[in-house]
Amino acid sequence: MEQSTSNEQATPPKNAVASTSAALQEPRFIRYSLTFIALAFLAFFIVLPLVSIFITAFQKGAAVYFAAITHADALSAIKLTLIVVTIAVPLNAIFGVMAAWALTKFNFKGKNLLLTLVDLPFAVSPVIAGLVFILLFGAQGLFGDWLFANDIKIVFALPGIVLATIFVTLPFVARELIPLMQAQGTSEEEASISLGANGFKTFWYVTLPNIKWGLFYGLILCNARAIGEFGAVSVVSGHIRGMTNTMPLHIEILYNEYQFSAAFAVASLMSVIAILTLIIKDIVAWKSKSV
Amino acid sequence: MNSLTLKKKPAHIIPGFHLSLGYTMLYVSLLVLLPLAMIFIHTMTLSWSEFTSIVSNPRAVASYKLSFGTALAAGLLNVLFGTIIAWVLVRYHFPFKRIIDGLVDLPFALPTAVAGIALTSLYAPNGWIGRIFDFKIAFTPLGIIIALTFIGLPFVVRTVQPVLQNISAEIEEASASLGATRLQTFIKVIFPELLPAILTGFSLAFARALGEYGSVVFIAGNMPMKTEITPLIIMTKLEQYDYAGATSIAVVMLVTSFVLLFTINLIQWLANRRFVH
Amino acid sequence: MSIQIQNVSKRFGSFQALKDVSIDIQSGELIALLGPSGSGKTSLLRVIAGLEASDGGDILFDGQTITNRHPKERNVGFVFQHYALFRHMTVFNNVAYGLKVRPRKTRPSKEKIKDKVMELLQLVKLENFAERYPTQLSGGQRQRVALARALAVEPKVLLLDEPFGALDAKVRKELRRWLRKLHDEFHITSIFVTHDQEEALDVADRIVVMNNGQIEQIGSPDEVYTHPKSPFVYDFLGNVNLFKGRLHNGHLTHGEFTIAVPDSYAHTQEDAVGYVRPHNIQIEKTAVSGTVPAKVSHIHLLGPIVQIELRRKDVDEYLEAELSKEQYHTLQLKVGDEVFVKPKELKVFIPEDFSI
Repeated sequence: MEQSTSNEQATPPKNAVASTSAALQEPRFIRYSLTFIALAFLAFFIVLPLVSIFITAFQKGAAVYFAAITHADALSAIKLTLIVVTIAVPLNAIFGVMAAWALTKFNFKGKNLLLTLVDLPFAVSPVIAGLVFILLFGAQGLFGDWLFANDIKIVFALPGIVLATIFVTLPFVARELIPLMQAQGTSEEEASISLGANGFKTFWYVTLPNIKWGLFYGLILCNARAIGEFGAVSVVSGHIRGMTNTMPLHIEILYNEYQFSAAFAVASLMSVIAILTLIIKDIVAWKSKSV
Repeated sequence: MNSLTLKKKPAHIIPGFHLSLGYTMLYVSLLVLLPLAMIFIHTMTLSWSEFTSIVSNPRAVASYKLSFGTALAAGLLNVLFGTIIAWVLVRYHFPFKRIIDGLVDLPFALPTAVAGIALTSLYAPNGWIGRIFDFKIAFTPLGIIIALTFIGLPFVVRTVQPVLQNISAEIEEASASLGATRLQTFIKVIFPELLPAILTGFSLAFARALGEYGSVVFIAGNMPMKTEITPLIIMTKLEQYDYAGATSIAVVMLVTSFVLLFTINLIQWLANRRFVH
Repeated sequence: MSIQIQNVSKRFGSFQALKDVSIDIQSGELIALLGPSGSGKTSLLRVIAGLEASDGGDILFDGQTITNRHPKERNVGFVFQHYALFRHMTVFNNVAYGLKVRPRKTRPSKEKIKDKVMELLQLVKLENFAERYPTQLSGGQRQRVALARALAVEPKVLLLDEPFGALDAKVRKELRRWLRKLHDEFHITSIFVTHDQEEALDVADRIVVMNNGQIEQIGSPDEVYTHPKSPFVYDFLGNVNLFKGRLHNGHLTHGEFTIAVPDSYAHTQEDAVGYVRPHNIQIEKTAVSGTVPAKVSHIHLLGPIVQIELRRKDVDEYLEAELSKEQYHTLQLKVGDEVFVKPKELKVFIPEDFSI
């Protein structure tokens, strides 16, 4: 299969891809116009915003830039974001593997319902995702009195931010793994078990190597969203400077105080992470195709 | 031997069914179902008339119209431009194509707040793009549409792209050999194949846009009755500790998005069925 | 190892995959489970392997019930229909897998595993492919890796699900002869599933013909082919001409045919169907007693045998006959010729009672 496709690619002349035989080619004018429209659209919506972040960040010079990103509040925001991500992402990764295992290796009643539930957070506004945790753990919330009596803070503190982040990024890993494991079926696992391997060894030696790139891909997406989540975290954080501000919230405060260069400096850090995410994603996609 | 025969028959040969299903159900129940149920439970503390007066307040109604209208407009823009971008990326060759292809995913990777401030400063009246036009873009519904289009772009491109890649040249050649023009081939052969993917992309982008907050708050201007989106109303009510008000509006949003998703899934299901039979 | 399958049933939702199936298999036999898709043959194989739990009935290995035992405790080698090779492992690691995953106590040493794997790869003639990945192999090579992998754990029973289904005709034939030879050397009790009657007839010691989750017939290839117990088996194991007529006074009448069916005097005025294989249709140039006139409508030359399509003149029905090339030349048949035909051997089944 693989050999035949590479042969096909090798035979036609360099500028002819599968779909560009004469009959299948649009007139040159159409081709150029469509390409122009697509590139112009991407320039206005993607490239310019990205470029403007870095230019605005350095507008007042490198000194202002470095002052902004080394400010105590900025550093504590970075630290908080890292803590939140290191808790939320692994939890959702474990969940994603478990959910994908249950949903792809077995048949049971209510499978589609569970699949919908796993997807549900994608359909919920981030603001509502934050609101639900206020209703559960806020002062007037379901567990509010009990939490107050026991002096446990969830909302307007780290646990609330983690919970909101978990909610918003919950489907990412599962969504990546489910179609992959569906396509791979169960025969390799059955083969492994008929050869005498136990469940853990089957997962470790057979399933995991088959899904590792998909898992990594899901992790990358989950991580990017967890770092950048704004709406949900904004609701539950309480915006306590130096305490419960994540990086996106810190950017908001700086921006609202008209410290544009500082806001864009922190934003540029996050943009670098986003670009790295895209690069890693591309590599992973390419790797998983070639394996 | 006897102890073995006494064992209960294994229902599944692949292990881990109870563990993985149990864990999944517990996780989803605690982190998704219970929290979301709180929205509905909390609304129960209101009487029906209190609830209706909150959700039909003119300011709220204006926000529904705005959120719905801008999300729809952004979704349609994404369908148009997303399909063109997918087409160009699959069919044509130009320099830096691979990098440009990768950049399409930027809205997935870039934090919404970062996108929000970047778009705002670009499309503000004194911004690089805003100053070209002699009408206001940022701080009007147009600005909201821009932000929502940014957020939704990858959904359409990434659902249409693989389908376009998988359309075999043969069916297009068949169409051409039967005398169809290129435009006829596109309308009658290619477009129907793309339609389910376009619908999927649209529904994903639309659903995301309805609830979007981070990228919109900066560019919207947030003027009550004019540029105040529904998630922002919830936010404002929360800041005033008006939990009942926030939850009531949240119920409207949740129910709307569930109904929409259900409808779109139904349409897709019908569309897919048409192709299967 | 001998295998007893006793009254096994299996249901998937509303679909009854196996109905009360019982088979006795001797140690060292090579058994073919033959039937159309959906006949339950693969389900039965998976139940024997323990990959599927049966709803009722028992499976005994050497007289001991293993019905509730986990597949890994059954000492069964299973070769999957699409091989199910571990795609991220080399051929060597695929074959070594069953040994490597053993608990430390029973796991052979690295050298022993290596020797064993290389020995098996030699057996399947793939010793030079040890470091290749499954995607770099042809279908026949993958099949042999799957077999070597199953043999590595020294199973007492070898189960093969459509082992040659995905291969082209030539490789298929080679591999099945090779499997037969392998079986004759090792004498592992083996069961394979197939929907290809030729394959079953060619390789198996005994054939189990299945239909609708039930066993239609068990017997040696010759028995099953020449003495089919039911119309289904008759139909499934080769081409057949049908004579749908009536039984009366020990004769089956159909159109102008009156054929003696000696054992049928007990039946009077009953509908019955006569089954005749194409090679049992006799063709004459002149009318002989018992023949009916027919016209040659097509002639297909297929190497050593010649298929003749005939149109009967008494009733408007087609018949298929098979001649050897010699017979064909002595008869000097041409399309459009008028000839006289009669069945040499006929098997009659009465719809409710297939036992004649």
